Amino acid sequence: MKLTPEDAVAIWLSLKVALTATALALPFGFALAWLIVFKKFRGKVVLEVLVNLPLTLPPVVIGFFLLLLLGKNGWIGKVLDASGIPIIFTWKAAVIASATVGFPLLVRSIRLGMESIDQQLIEASRSLGAAWYDTLATIILPLSLRGIMAGSSLMFARSLGEFGATIIVAGNIPGITQTIPLAIYDYASSPSSVTMALSLCLVSVIISVVVLIVHELLGKKLDRRSAL
Amino acid sequence: MNLRIDAEKKQGSFLLQVKVDVSGERIGIFGQSGSGKSTLVHLISGLLQPDRGEIYLNDECLFSTAKGVNLSPERRRIAIVFQQAMLFPHLSVKANLLYGYRRCHTENRRIKPETLIAILKLQPLLQRGVHNLSGGEKQRVALGRAVLANPRLLLMDEPLSALDDTLRFQIIPYLKSVSEEFGIPYLFISHSILEMQLMVDRILVIKNGRMAETTTPDQLARNSMAQSQKGYLNLLHLADPVQNNGLYAYPWGCNTLLISDGEPTRQSLFELSSREIILFKKHPEAISARNLLDCTVTEIFESDGRIGIVLSANGEQLIAEIVRSAAEELNITIHSTLFAAIKASSFRRLA
Repeated sequence: MKLTPEDAVAIWLSLKVALTATALALPFGFALAWLIVFKKFRGKVVLEVLVNLPLTLPPVVIGFFLLLLLGKNGWIGKVLDASGIPIIFTWKAAVIASATVGFPLLVRSIRLGMESIDQQLIEASRSLGAAWYDTLATIILPLSLRGIMAGSSLMFARSLGEFGATIIVAGNIPGITQTIPLAIYDYASSPSSVTMALSLCLVSVIISVVVLIVHELLGKKLDRRSAL
Repeated sequence: MNLRIDAEKKQGSFLLQVKVDVSGERIGIFGQSGSGKSTLVHLISGLLQPDRGEIYLNDECLFSTAKGVNLSPERRRIAIVFQQAMLFPHLSVKANLLYGYRRCHTENRRIKPETLIAILKLQPLLQRGVHNLSGGEKQRVALGRAVLANPRLLLMDEPLSALDDTLRFQIIPYLKSVSEEFGIPYLFISHSILEMQLMVDRILVIKNGRMAETTTPDQLARNSMAQSQKGYLNLLHLADPVQNNGLYAYPWGCNTLLISDGEPTRQSLFELSSREIILFKKHPEAISARNLLDCTVTEIFESDGRIGIVLSANGEQLIAEIVRSAAEELNITIHSTLFAAIKASSFRRLA
Protein backbone atom coordinates (compact mmCIF):
# COMPACT_ATOMS: atom_id res chain seq x y z
CA MET A 1 0.00 0.00 0.00
CA LYS A 2 1.37 3.36 -1.04
CA LEU A 3 -0.16 6.74 -0.28
CA THR A 4 1.14 10.06 -1.62
CA PRO A 5 0.75 13.29 0.42
CA GLU A 6 -2.08 14.22 -1.96
CA ASP A 7 -3.81 10.95 -1.18
CA ALA A 8 -3.56 11.73 2.52
CA VAL A 9 -5.18 15.11 1.89
CA ALA A 10 -7.91 13.41 -0.15
CA ILE A 11 -8.65 11.00 2.71
CA TRP A 12 -8.71 13.79 5.26
CA LEU A 13 -10.90 15.91 2.98
CA SER A 14 -13.31 13.01 2.40
CA LEU A 15 -13.72 12.51 6.14
CA LYS A 16 -14.10 16.24 6.75
CA VAL A 17 -16.69 16.64 4.01
CA ALA A 18 -18.70 13.57 5.05
CA LEU A 19 -18.65 14.51 8.72
CA THR A 20 -19.59 18.16 8.12
CA ALA A 21 -22.35 17.20 5.68
CA THR A 22 -23.83 14.70 8.17
CA ALA A 23 -23.58 17.09 11.11
CA LEU A 24 -25.15 19.92 9.12
CA ALA A 25 -27.97 17.80 7.78
CA LEU A 26 -28.82 16.16 11.11
CA PRO A 27 -30.92 18.91 12.73
CA PHE A 28 -32.78 19.56 9.47
CA GLY A 29 -33.31 15.87 8.89
CA PHE A 30 -34.66 15.42 12.42
CA ALA A 31 -37.00 18.40 12.11
CA LEU A 32 -38.27 17.28 8.72
CA ALA A 33 -38.83 13.70 9.83
CA TRP A 34 -40.75 15.01 12.84
CA LEU A 35 -42.90 17.21 10.59
CA ILE A 36 -43.67 14.32 8.26
CA VAL A 37 -44.41 11.78 11.00
CA PHE A 38 -46.28 13.82 13.58
CA LYS A 39 -47.81 16.83 11.88
CA LYS A 40 -50.76 17.12 9.57
CA PHE A 41 -50.52 19.87 7.02
CA ARG A 42 -51.33 20.70 3.45
CA GLY A 43 -48.73 19.83 0.87
CA LYS A 44 -47.16 17.06 2.94
CA VAL A 45 -46.98 14.79 -0.11
CA VAL A 46 -45.16 17.49 -2.07
CA LEU A 47 -42.66 17.86 0.75
CA GLU A 48 -42.11 14.10 0.89
CA VAL A 49 -41.51 13.94 -2.85
CA LEU A 50 -39.07 16.86 -2.68
CA VAL A 51 -37.15 15.26 0.20
CA ASN A 52 -36.87 11.95 -1.62
CA LEU A 53 -36.10 13.40 -5.04
CA PRO A 54 -32.30 13.28 -4.67
CA LEU A 55 -32.61 9.55 -4.02
CA THR A 56 -33.94 8.90 -7.51
CA LEU A 57 -32.27 11.67 -9.50
CA PRO A 58 -28.84 10.99 -11.02
CA PRO A 59 -26.24 12.76 -8.81
CA VAL A 60 -24.95 14.58 -11.87
CA VAL A 61 -28.37 16.17 -12.32
CA ILE A 62 -28.38 17.26 -8.69
CA GLY A 63 -24.89 18.64 -9.15
CA PHE A 64 -26.03 20.61 -12.14
CA PHE A 65 -29.03 22.06 -10.28
CA LEU A 66 -26.75 23.00 -7.39
CA LEU A 67 -24.37 24.66 -9.80
CA LEU A 68 -27.24 26.74 -11.19
CA LEU A 69 -28.34 27.66 -7.68
CA LEU A 70 -24.91 28.35 -6.19
CA GLY A 71 -23.15 29.70 -9.26
CA LYS A 72 -22.35 33.39 -9.74
CA ASN A 73 -25.77 34.05 -11.27
CA GLY A 74 -27.77 31.64 -9.11
CA TRP A 75 -30.22 32.83 -6.42
CA ILE A 76 -28.05 31.79 -3.55
CA GLY A 77 -24.76 32.26 -5.38
CA LYS A 78 -25.51 35.94 -5.96
CA VAL A 79 -26.11 36.62 -2.29
CA LEU A 80 -23.05 34.67 -1.20
CA ASP A 81 -20.90 36.30 -3.81
CA ALA A 82 -21.98 39.74 -2.65
CA SER A 83 -21.05 38.90 0.93
CA GLY A 84 -17.69 37.57 -0.20
CA ILE A 85 -18.20 33.88 0.48
CA PRO A 86 -17.20 31.77 -2.50
CA ILE A 87 -18.81 28.35 -2.61
CA ILE A 88 -18.34 26.81 -6.01
CA PHE A 89 -15.11 24.83 -6.39
CA THR A 90 -14.37 24.90 -2.66
CA TRP A 91 -14.71 22.06 -0.14
CA LYS A 92 -17.91 23.75 1.07
CA ALA A 93 -19.51 22.95 -2.27
CA ALA A 94 -18.52 19.32 -1.76
CA VAL A 95 -20.26 19.44 1.64
CA ILE A 96 -23.44 20.85 0.09
CA ALA A 97 -23.37 18.24 -2.69
CA SER A 98 -22.92 15.40 -0.18
CA ALA A 99 -25.57 16.80 2.15
CA THR A 100 -28.11 17.06 -0.67
CA VAL A 101 -27.50 13.58 -1.99
CA GLY A 102 -27.44 11.89 1.43
CA PHE A 103 -30.32 13.85 2.98
CA PRO A 104 -33.15 11.50 1.89
CA LEU A 105 -31.35 8.53 3.46
CA LEU A 106 -31.04 10.41 6.73
CA VAL A 107 -34.69 11.51 6.78
CA ARG A 108 -35.90 8.01 5.87
CA SER A 109 -34.05 6.35 8.73
CA ILE A 110 -35.10 8.92 11.31
CA ARG A 111 -38.68 8.63 10.05
CA LEU A 112 -38.64 4.88 10.50
CA GLY A 113 -37.34 5.36 14.03
CA MET A 114 -40.04 7.91 14.84
CA GLU A 115 -42.81 5.84 13.31
CA SER A 116 -41.99 2.98 15.63
CA ILE A 117 -42.69 5.13 18.70
CA ASP A 118 -46.03 4.24 20.26
CA GLN A 119 -48.38 7.21 19.90
CA GLN A 120 -49.62 6.63 23.45
CA LEU A 121 -46.14 7.29 24.87
CA ILE A 122 -46.36 10.75 23.37
CA GLU A 123 -49.90 11.16 24.67
CA ALA A 124 -48.76 10.04 28.12
CA SER A 125 -45.97 12.59 28.09
CA ARG A 126 -48.29 15.43 27.05
CA SER A 127 -50.91 14.52 29.65
CA LEU A 128 -48.18 14.46 32.31
CA GLY A 129 -47.53 18.13 31.70
CA ALA A 130 -44.92 18.19 28.95
CA ALA A 131 -45.31 20.83 26.23
CA TRP A 132 -44.76 19.64 22.64
CA TYR A 133 -41.11 20.71 22.53
CA ASP A 134 -40.52 19.04 25.90
CA THR A 135 -42.01 15.78 24.56
CA LEU A 136 -39.87 16.19 21.45
CA ALA A 137 -36.69 16.49 23.49
CA THR A 138 -37.40 13.98 26.25
CA ILE A 139 -39.42 11.26 24.49
CA ILE A 140 -39.23 11.48 20.70
CA LEU A 141 -35.51 12.30 20.46
CA PRO A 142 -34.23 9.54 22.76
CA LEU A 143 -36.63 6.97 21.34
CA SER A 144 -35.62 7.70 17.74
CA LEU A 145 -31.92 7.61 18.58
CA ARG A 146 -31.49 4.31 16.78
CA GLY A 147 -33.00 5.74 13.61
CA ILE A 148 -30.88 8.87 13.94
CA MET A 149 -27.76 6.75 14.29
CA ALA A 150 -28.62 4.50 11.40
CA GLY A 151 -29.43 7.52 9.25
CA SER A 152 -26.20 9.27 10.20
CA SER A 153 -24.01 6.30 9.38
CA LEU A 154 -25.84 5.77 6.10
CA MET A 155 -25.46 9.39 5.20
CA PHE A 156 -21.83 9.48 6.26
CA ALA A 157 -21.10 6.44 4.11
CA ARG A 158 -23.03 7.88 1.17
CA SER A 159 -21.09 11.15 1.49
CA LEU A 160 -17.78 9.29 1.41
CA GLY A 161 -18.79 7.81 -1.90
CA GLU A 162 -20.25 10.98 -3.39
CA PHE A 163 -18.91 11.58 -6.88
CA GLY A 164 -21.34 12.88 -9.50
CA ALA A 165 -22.67 15.96 -7.80
CA THR A 166 -19.33 16.78 -6.19
CA ILE A 167 -17.32 16.80 -9.39
CA ILE A 168 -19.74 19.30 -10.91
CA VAL A 169 -20.00 21.83 -8.05
CA ALA A 170 -16.61 21.34 -6.39
CA GLY A 171 -14.52 20.15 -9.29
CA ASN A 172 -11.59 17.79 -8.92
CA ILE A 173 -8.80 20.01 -7.61
CA PRO A 174 -6.05 17.98 -5.88
CA GLY A 175 -5.46 19.22 -2.34
CA ILE A 176 -8.57 21.43 -2.35
CA THR A 177 -11.66 19.53 -3.44
CA GLN A 178 -10.33 16.15 -4.44
CA THR A 179 -11.96 13.50 -2.23
CA ILE A 180 -11.18 9.76 -2.30
CA PRO A 181 -13.57 8.83 -5.16
CA LEU A 182 -12.32 11.73 -7.29
CA ALA A 183 -8.69 10.76 -6.65
CA ILE A 184 -9.44 7.15 -7.57
CA TYR A 185 -11.10 8.41 -10.74
CA ASP A 186 -7.91 10.30 -11.63
CA TYR A 187 -5.71 7.29 -10.94
CA ALA A 188 -7.98 4.94 -12.80
CA SER A 189 -7.74 6.98 -15.98
CA SER A 190 -3.98 6.40 -16.23
CA PRO A 191 -2.86 2.74 -16.59
CA SER A 192 0.35 3.32 -14.58
CA SER A 193 -1.44 4.17 -11.36
CA VAL A 194 -3.40 0.99 -10.71
CA THR A 195 -1.61 0.34 -7.39
CA MET A 196 -2.27 3.90 -6.24
CA ALA A 197 -5.95 3.47 -7.07
CA LEU A 198 -6.01 0.15 -5.23
CA SER A 199 -4.44 1.71 -2.12
CA LEU A 200 -7.17 4.33 -1.97
CA CYS A 201 -9.80 1.67 -2.57
CA LEU A 202 -8.42 -0.22 0.40
CA VAL A 203 -8.65 2.92 2.55
CA SER A 204 -12.28 3.25 1.45
CA VAL A 205 -13.00 -0.30 2.51
CA ILE A 206 -11.32 0.27 5.89
CA ILE A 207 -13.31 3.45 6.57
CA SER A 208 -16.56 1.73 5.59
CA VAL A 209 -15.84 -1.22 7.85
CA VAL A 210 -15.02 1.12 10.75
CA VAL A 211 -18.28 3.04 10.19
CA LEU A 212 -20.26 -0.19 10.22
CA ILE A 213 -18.53 -1.47 13.36
CA VAL A 214 -19.07 1.80 15.22
CA HIS A 215 -22.71 1.73 14.14
CA GLU A 216 -23.17 -1.82 15.43
CA LEU A 217 -21.39 -1.11 18.72
CA LEU A 218 -23.46 2.00 19.39
CA GLY A 219 -26.59 0.04 18.53
CA LYS A 220 -25.66 -2.67 21.01
CA LYS A 221 -24.97 -0.08 23.68
CA LEU A 222 -28.40 1.48 23.10
CA ASP A 223 -30.05 -1.93 23.31
CA ARG A 224 -28.29 -2.67 26.57
CA ARG A 225 -29.36 0.63 28.01
CA SER A 226 -32.99 0.12 27.07
CA ALA A 227 -32.95 -3.44 28.43
CA LEU A 228 -31.95 -2.31 31.93
CA MET B 1 -65.59 17.27 40.51
CA ASN B 2 -67.95 18.54 37.91
CA LEU B 3 -67.54 17.74 34.25
CA ARG B 4 -69.65 19.41 31.64
CA ILE B 5 -69.32 18.35 28.03
CA ASP B 6 -71.31 19.33 24.99
CA ALA B 7 -69.17 18.37 22.07
CA GLU B 8 -69.08 16.77 18.66
CA LYS B 9 -66.30 14.97 16.87
CA LYS B 10 -66.40 13.26 13.51
CA GLN B 11 -63.79 10.61 12.73
CA GLY B 12 -64.27 9.04 9.35
CA SER B 13 -67.82 7.74 9.35
CA PHE B 14 -68.02 7.70 13.15
CA LEU B 15 -69.71 10.60 14.87
CA LEU B 16 -69.30 11.19 18.60
CA GLN B 17 -71.97 13.48 19.99
CA VAL B 18 -71.81 13.93 23.72
CA LYS B 19 -73.88 16.12 25.99
CA VAL B 20 -73.40 15.47 29.67
CA ASP B 21 -73.19 17.27 32.99
CA VAL B 22 -71.96 15.02 35.77
CA SER B 23 -70.65 15.51 39.29
CA GLY B 24 -68.94 13.05 41.58
CA GLU B 25 -65.57 11.69 42.56
CA ARG B 26 -65.79 8.20 41.07
CA ILE B 27 -67.50 8.28 37.70
CA GLY B 28 -67.58 5.47 35.18
CA ILE B 29 -67.90 5.59 31.42
CA PHE B 30 -69.32 2.33 30.21
CA GLY B 31 -69.62 1.18 26.62
CA GLN B 32 -68.72 -1.62 24.26
CA SER B 33 -65.61 -1.27 22.12
CA GLY B 34 -66.18 1.09 19.25
CA SER B 35 -68.80 3.05 21.20
CA GLY B 36 -66.59 6.14 21.37
CA LYS B 37 -65.12 5.83 24.87
CA SER B 38 -61.55 6.34 23.73
CA THR B 39 -62.44 9.32 21.57
CA LEU B 40 -64.14 10.86 24.58
CA VAL B 41 -61.01 10.33 26.69
CA HIS B 42 -58.97 12.08 24.01
CA LEU B 43 -61.37 15.02 23.87
CA ILE B 44 -61.35 15.50 27.65
CA SER B 45 -57.57 15.26 27.93
CA GLY B 46 -57.03 17.62 25.00
CA LEU B 47 -55.19 15.09 22.86
CA LEU B 48 -57.95 15.46 20.30
CA GLN B 49 -59.91 18.57 19.49
CA PRO B 50 -63.71 18.50 19.13
CA ASP B 51 -65.17 19.82 15.89
CA ARG B 52 -67.45 22.05 17.90
CA GLY B 53 -68.76 22.44 21.41
CA GLU B 54 -67.38 23.03 24.88
CA ILE B 55 -65.78 21.15 27.76
CA TYR B 56 -65.73 22.44 31.32
CA LEU B 57 -63.97 20.93 34.32
CA ASN B 58 -65.04 22.45 37.67
CA ASP B 59 -66.26 25.56 35.83
CA GLU B 60 -62.90 26.05 34.14
CA CYS B 61 -63.20 26.14 30.40
CA LEU B 62 -60.92 23.55 28.77
CA PHE B 63 -62.36 23.90 25.32
CA SER B 64 -64.92 26.11 23.67
CA THR B 65 -65.43 26.90 20.02
CA ALA B 66 -67.64 29.87 20.95
CA LYS B 67 -64.94 31.42 23.17
CA GLY B 68 -62.04 30.23 21.04
CA VAL B 69 -60.48 28.37 23.97
CA ASN B 70 -58.45 25.20 23.55
CA LEU B 71 -56.22 24.45 26.52
CA SER B 72 -53.25 22.30 25.50
CA PRO B 73 -53.04 18.85 27.15
CA GLU B 74 -50.12 19.80 29.40
CA ARG B 75 -52.10 22.70 30.85
CA ARG B 76 -55.26 20.72 31.60
CA ARG B 77 -53.71 18.74 34.43
CA ILE B 78 -55.62 15.61 33.51
CA ALA B 79 -53.44 12.50 33.79
CA ILE B 80 -54.22 9.29 31.96
CA VAL B 81 -53.68 5.68 32.98
CA PHE B 82 -53.73 3.67 29.76
CA GLN B 83 -54.69 0.07 29.08
CA GLN B 84 -51.04 -0.78 28.52
CA ALA B 85 -48.84 0.85 31.14
CA MET B 86 -47.04 2.96 28.51
CA LEU B 87 -43.96 3.50 30.64
CA PHE B 88 -41.17 5.41 28.92
CA PRO B 89 -38.81 2.62 27.86
CA HIS B 90 -35.64 4.71 27.99
CA LEU B 91 -36.17 5.85 31.57
CA SER B 92 -35.83 4.06 34.90
CA VAL B 93 -38.83 3.40 37.13
CA LYS B 94 -37.88 6.40 39.24
CA ALA B 95 -37.51 8.73 36.26
CA ASN B 96 -40.86 7.50 34.95
CA LEU B 97 -42.52 8.20 38.29
CA LEU B 98 -41.08 11.69 38.50
CA TYR B 99 -41.75 12.65 34.86
CA GLY B 100 -45.00 14.43 35.62
CA TYR B 101 -43.96 15.58 39.11
CA ARG B 102 -40.98 17.51 37.74
CA ARG B 103 -43.24 19.28 35.28
CA CYS B 104 -45.84 20.18 37.87
CA HIS B 105 -45.83 23.74 39.25
CA THR B 106 -44.42 23.89 42.77
CA GLU B 107 -47.66 25.29 44.20
CA ASN B 108 -49.61 22.34 42.78
CA ARG B 109 -47.32 19.68 44.23
CA ARG B 110 -49.62 18.35 46.93
CA ILE B 111 -48.59 14.72 46.66
CA LYS B 112 -45.04 13.91 47.63
CA PRO B 113 -43.16 11.12 45.84
CA GLU B 114 -42.12 9.41 49.11
CA THR B 115 -45.71 9.09 50.32
CA LEU B 116 -46.96 7.68 47.05
CA ILE B 117 -44.03 5.30 46.63
CA ALA B 118 -44.84 3.90 50.06
CA ILE B 119 -48.55 3.46 49.32
CA LEU B 120 -47.93 1.74 45.98
CA LYS B 121 -45.05 -0.30 47.44
CA LEU B 122 -42.70 0.83 44.70
CA GLN B 123 -39.53 1.26 46.75
CA PRO B 124 -37.86 -2.00 45.60
CA LEU B 125 -38.48 -1.16 41.93
CA LEU B 126 -37.15 2.39 41.86
CA GLN B 127 -33.71 1.84 40.40
CA ARG B 128 -34.82 -0.75 37.88
CA GLY B 129 -35.45 -0.26 34.19
CA VAL B 130 -39.01 -0.73 33.07
CA HIS B 131 -38.42 -3.75 30.85
CA ASN B 132 -38.31 -6.51 33.39
CA LEU B 133 -41.27 -5.48 35.50
CA SER B 134 -44.30 -7.76 35.63
CA GLY B 135 -47.63 -6.58 34.17
CA GLY B 136 -48.98 -5.65 37.58
CA GLU B 137 -45.81 -3.80 38.59
CA LYS B 138 -45.87 -1.85 35.34
CA GLN B 139 -49.44 -0.78 35.89
CA ARG B 140 -48.63 0.28 39.46
CA VAL B 141 -45.76 2.43 38.20
CA ALA B 142 -48.03 3.91 35.52
CA LEU B 143 -50.61 4.75 38.17
CA GLY B 144 -47.94 6.29 40.39
CA ARG B 145 -46.60 8.35 37.50
CA ALA B 146 -50.07 9.71 36.74
CA VAL B 147 -50.85 10.52 40.38
CA LEU B 148 -47.48 12.24 40.96
CA ALA B 149 -48.28 14.67 38.17
CA ASN B 150 -50.75 16.00 40.78
CA PRO B 151 -53.64 16.04 38.33
CA ARG B 152 -57.07 17.53 38.92
CA LEU B 153 -58.60 14.47 37.32
CA LEU B 154 -57.40 10.96 36.59
CA LEU B 155 -58.60 9.37 33.39
CA MET B 156 -58.40 5.61 33.68
CA ASP B 157 -58.79 4.29 30.16
CA GLU B 158 -59.47 0.57 30.64
CA PRO B 159 -56.46 0.25 32.96
CA LEU B 160 -57.33 -3.35 33.87
CA SER B 161 -58.20 -4.80 30.47
CA ALA B 162 -54.67 -5.97 29.72
CA LEU B 163 -54.27 -7.74 33.05
CA ASP B 164 -55.35 -11.25 33.94
CA ASP B 165 -58.01 -11.77 36.62
CA THR B 166 -55.65 -12.29 39.53
CA LEU B 167 -53.69 -9.14 38.77
CA ARG B 168 -56.81 -7.15 38.04
CA PHE B 169 -58.14 -7.62 41.54
CA GLN B 170 -54.73 -6.89 43.01
CA ILE B 171 -54.60 -3.54 41.21
CA ILE B 172 -58.16 -2.40 41.98
CA PRO B 173 -57.45 -1.64 45.66
CA TYR B 174 -54.46 0.49 44.59
CA LEU B 175 -56.52 2.43 42.08
CA LYS B 176 -59.18 3.15 44.67
CA SER B 177 -56.94 3.86 47.62
CA VAL B 178 -54.67 6.25 45.76
CA SER B 179 -57.56 8.34 44.55
CA GLU B 180 -59.22 8.32 47.99
CA GLU B 181 -56.00 9.02 49.89
CA PHE B 182 -55.08 12.03 47.79
CA GLY B 183 -58.58 13.19 46.90
CA ILE B 184 -58.17 12.89 43.15
CA PRO B 185 -61.46 12.31 41.35
CA TYR B 186 -61.38 9.83 38.51
CA LEU B 187 -63.17 8.86 35.35
CA PHE B 188 -63.01 5.11 34.96
CA ILE B 189 -63.53 3.84 31.42
CA SER B 190 -64.36 0.19 30.92
CA HIS B 191 -66.62 -2.32 29.22
CA SER B 192 -66.68 -4.60 32.27
CA ILE B 193 -69.73 -4.39 34.52
CA LEU B 194 -67.83 -6.08 37.33
CA GLU B 195 -65.10 -3.42 37.23
CA MET B 196 -67.79 -0.75 37.25
CA GLN B 197 -69.39 -2.35 40.33
CA LEU B 198 -66.05 -2.29 42.11
CA MET B 199 -64.73 1.09 41.01
CA VAL B 200 -67.44 3.72 40.57
CA ASP B 201 -70.56 5.33 42.04
CA ARG B 202 -72.13 6.71 38.90
CA ILE B 203 -71.97 5.58 35.30
CA LEU B 204 -72.38 7.29 31.98
CA VAL B 205 -73.38 4.73 29.39
CA ILE B 206 -72.16 5.50 25.90
CA LYS B 207 -73.63 3.77 22.85
CA ASN B 208 -72.74 4.37 19.19
CA GLY B 209 -71.11 7.69 19.97
CA ARG B 210 -73.95 9.03 22.10
CA MET B 211 -74.68 9.23 25.80
CA ALA B 212 -77.39 6.64 26.29
CA GLU B 213 -78.07 7.11 30.00
CA THR B 214 -76.70 7.97 33.42
CA THR B 215 -77.05 5.16 35.88
CA THR B 216 -75.58 3.41 38.91
CA PRO B 217 -73.37 0.30 38.81
CA ASP B 218 -76.08 -1.76 40.47
CA GLN B 219 -78.74 -0.62 38.02
CA LEU B 220 -76.39 -1.33 35.10
CA ALA B 221 -75.70 -4.82 36.41
CA ARG B 222 -79.43 -5.44 36.82
CA ASN B 223 -80.23 -4.18 33.32
CA SER B 224 -77.60 -6.40 31.74
CA MET B 225 -78.50 -9.45 33.82
CA ALA B 226 -80.17 -11.34 30.97
CA GLN B 227 -77.49 -10.73 28.30
CA SER B 228 -74.50 -11.07 30.54
CA GLN B 229 -72.85 -14.49 30.56
CA LYS B 230 -72.90 -14.83 34.32
CA GLY B 231 -76.10 -12.95 34.98
CA TYR B 232 -76.04 -10.44 37.80
CA LEU B 233 -72.92 -10.71 39.93
CA ASN B 234 -73.46 -10.50 43.67
CA LEU B 235 -70.25 -9.19 45.22
CA LEU B 236 -69.50 -10.21 48.79
CA HIS B 237 -66.69 -8.84 50.91
CA LEU B 238 -66.15 -11.54 53.51
CA ALA B 239 -63.55 -11.92 56.22
CA ASP B 240 -62.23 -14.09 59.04
CA PRO B 241 -63.38 -17.57 58.01
CA VAL B 242 -63.37 -20.62 60.23
CA GLN B 243 -62.26 -23.85 58.60
CA ASN B 244 -64.93 -26.47 58.82
CA ASN B 245 -64.75 -29.97 57.26
CA GLY B 246 -62.68 -28.75 54.31
CA LEU B 247 -64.95 -25.74 53.77
CA TYR B 248 -64.59 -22.17 54.97
CA ALA B 249 -67.36 -20.76 57.12
CA TYR B 250 -67.57 -16.99 56.63
CA PRO B 251 -69.74 -14.75 58.76
CA TRP B 252 -72.04 -12.68 56.51
CA GLY B 253 -74.07 -10.29 58.61
CA CYS B 254 -75.97 -12.60 60.95
CA ASN B 255 -75.66 -15.48 58.47
CA THR B 256 -72.90 -17.95 57.86
CA LEU B 257 -71.79 -18.91 54.36
CA LEU B 258 -69.95 -22.11 53.60
CA ILE B 259 -67.52 -21.63 50.74
CA SER B 260 -65.10 -24.13 49.17
CA ASP B 261 -62.74 -21.62 47.56
CA GLY B 262 -61.95 -19.73 50.75
CA GLU B 263 -58.66 -18.42 52.02
CA PRO B 264 -57.56 -18.19 55.64
CA THR B 265 -56.47 -14.56 55.24
CA ARG B 266 -58.43 -11.72 56.68
CA GLN B 267 -60.47 -10.38 53.78
CA SER B 268 -61.61 -11.81 50.47
CA LEU B 269 -63.94 -10.71 47.74
CA PHE B 270 -66.32 -13.27 46.24
CA GLU B 271 -68.62 -13.14 43.28
CA LEU B 272 -71.82 -15.15 43.14
CA SER B 273 -73.78 -15.34 39.93
CA SER B 274 -77.51 -14.68 40.21
CA ARG B 275 -78.00 -17.90 38.26
CA GLU B 276 -76.32 -20.03 40.90
CA ILE B 277 -79.05 -19.38 43.45
CA ILE B 278 -81.90 -21.90 43.56
CA LEU B 279 -85.14 -20.76 45.20
CA PHE B 280 -87.52 -22.96 47.18
CA LYS B 281 -91.00 -22.04 48.33
CA LYS B 282 -90.80 -24.45 51.31
CA HIS B 283 -87.89 -25.69 53.33
CA PRO B 284 -86.29 -28.59 51.43
CA GLU B 285 -85.52 -31.14 54.09
CA ALA B 286 -82.28 -32.46 52.73
CA ILE B 287 -80.22 -30.96 49.94
CA SER B 288 -76.64 -31.24 48.78
CA ALA B 289 -76.09 -27.47 48.54
CA ARG B 290 -74.26 -26.38 51.69
CA ASN B 291 -75.96 -23.02 52.06
CA LEU B 292 -79.66 -22.62 52.69
CA LEU B 293 -80.75 -19.09 53.53
CA ASP B 294 -84.10 -18.01 54.85
CA CYS B 295 -84.93 -14.93 52.79
CA THR B 296 -87.60 -12.29 52.26
CA VAL B 297 -88.29 -10.83 48.82
CA THR B 298 -87.76 -7.08 48.94
CA GLU B 299 -87.98 -6.25 45.25
CA ILE B 300 -88.76 -7.86 41.92
CA PHE B 301 -87.47 -6.50 38.62
CA GLU B 302 -87.50 -7.56 35.02
CA SER B 303 -84.57 -7.59 32.63
CA ASP B 304 -85.17 -8.75 29.04
CA GLY B 305 -87.62 -11.49 29.98
CA ARG B 306 -85.68 -12.69 33.02
CA ILE B 307 -86.93 -11.97 36.50
CA GLY B 308 -84.58 -10.66 39.13
CA ILE B 309 -85.50 -11.33 42.74
CA VAL B 310 -83.91 -9.14 45.36
CA LEU B 311 -83.63 -11.18 48.54
CA SER B 312 -82.89 -10.10 52.06
CA ALA B 313 -81.31 -12.65 54.36
CA ASN B 314 -81.17 -11.16 57.84
CA GLY B 315 -80.59 -7.73 56.30
CA GLU B 316 -77.98 -8.85 53.75
CA GLN B 317 -78.91 -8.51 50.10
CA LEU B 318 -78.62 -11.03 47.27
CA ILE B 319 -80.07 -11.02 43.78
CA ALA B 320 -81.33 -14.25 42.25
CA GLU B 321 -82.40 -14.70 38.66
CA ILE B 322 -85.22 -16.94 37.45
CA VAL B 323 -87.34 -17.30 34.32
CA ARG B 324 -90.86 -15.94 34.22
CA SER B 325 -92.61 -19.32 34.43
CA ALA B 326 -90.67 -20.15 37.61
CA ALA B 327 -91.69 -16.83 39.12
CA GLU B 328 -95.34 -17.57 38.35
CA GLU B 329 -95.15 -21.12 39.71
CA LEU B 330 -93.56 -20.00 42.93
CA ASN B 331 -96.05 -17.14 43.09
CA ILE B 332 -93.37 -14.71 44.26
CA THR B 333 -94.50 -11.32 45.47
CA ILE B 334 -92.82 -8.70 47.56
CA HIS B 335 -92.53 -9.79 51.23
CA SER B 336 -92.97 -13.45 50.35
CA THR B 337 -90.49 -15.71 52.08
CA LEU B 338 -88.25 -18.12 50.19
CA PHE B 339 -85.35 -20.42 50.80
CA ALA B 340 -82.25 -19.78 48.73
CA ALA B 341 -79.91 -22.72 48.17
CA ILE B 342 -76.34 -22.02 47.12
CA LYS B 343 -73.61 -24.58 46.59
CA ALA B 344 -70.37 -23.97 48.47
CA SER B 345 -68.52 -24.13 45.15
CA SER B 346 -70.66 -21.42 43.52
CA PHE B 347 -68.72 -18.65 45.20
CA ARG B 348 -65.77 -17.54 43.09
CA ARG B 349 -62.96 -15.82 44.95
CA LEU B 350 -61.76 -12.69 43.13
CA ALA B 351 -59.24 -11.33 45.58
